[in-house]
Amino acid sequence: MSEQSHSHPSPGLYVVILLALVVGTCLTWGIAFKDLGIWNPVVALTIAVIKAVLVILFFMHVYYSNKLTKLTVAAGFFWLMIMITMSLSDYLTRTFLPR
Amino acid sequence: MSTSQTTTTDHHPALAHQFDSMEQQQDASTFGMWVFLLTEIMMFGGLFTAYLIYRLKYYPAFVAGSTSISVSWGFANTLVLIGSSFTMAMAVWSAQTGRRKGQVWFLIGTMILGAAFLGVKAKEYYDKWDECHIPGHVIGKGFNTWGGCEVKNPKLGNIADEIREKDPKVPEVAAVQIAKQTEIFFSFYFAMTGLHAFHMVIGLGLLTWLLLRAKSGEFGPSYYTPVELGGLYWHFVDIVWIFLFPLLYLISRHQHGA
Repeated sequence: MSEQSHSHPSPGLYVVILLALVVGTCLTWGIAFKDLGIWNPVVALTIAVIKAVLVILFFMHVYYSNKLTKLTVAAGFFWLMIMITMSLSDYLTRTFLPR
Repeated sequence: MSTSQTTTTDHHPALAHQFDSMEQQQDASTFGMWVFLLTEIMMFGGLFTAYLIYRLKYYPAFVAGSTSISVSWGFANTLVLIGSSFTMAMAVWSAQTGRRKGQVWFLIGTMILGAAFLGVKAKEYYDKWDECHIPGHVIGKGFNTWGGCEVKNPKLGNIADEIREKDPKVPEVAAVQIAKQTEIFFSFYFAMTGLHAFHMVIGLGLLTWLLLRAKSGEFGPSYYTPVELGGLYWHFVDIVWIFLFPLLYLISRHQHGA
């Protein structure tokens, strides 16, 4: 547990992550002007999730953290997903049945 | 343990009584910080969920509202914030490796980028004021007359006209209706970016405090927890913006161009 927290990423890795984030931002911006139909928000959010995961794993050191921290982070996003999917499963299906 | 008279010189001055070791203290602090960040995720998450529901319900109004804000400034601000996350990560690294000057300069760099972000945000807010896009449209352009926008601009700024310019087939009544519904979009825009900007202001306060402590040489390889946790907070605020940018600025952009 304490062994892991001693290792930390190098500036070189941070530069790589920074470049990946900049590329992701430029991609999001460029793709937004192409008509992909319903896929526009899907692509934009997929890139956003990848960027967020990079920040969480490397800038926030979760990749190098102990299991308790990893579990805590995962639980947080799991709960967020419960809130979003359960709320939307209500609002998106309200028109499925006739009044 | 109980036989020897332990004094404060036996351990690191930053080690609190209830912890066995610096590692245990840092693990506990990191865990606590993440639990706090989870409450933050749920707070912003509530706004994101409400945003998604209303976006599905009032999609044309969300498109009209989203295309009225400047994608160039939003894009630039995203890069600024990502850059500040990088300098923050470097400040933590400098503390971990005992580089005092590095900590100070990277913290200052993070603060400059954070302030630049808030400056751009202020400019964007001013544009919304100027265009009579503030929800409620009772305040806005015409500084000394509250209600200036209500009197001068019943169509919520130029939005109804813009909708009809892009698609002349839309009847005026419908265009005005959509323009009025953009108030829902702008309410989310100001609530979400406002709460985010508020977090940035708090973050700048935290960075000032860290900068003063870093200057006095308090942090090094054996103790850098405050810098690490300040970094966690700053990166979290960055992540919120990573989602705000596509959700608020990029709804159906391909229809309308930059």
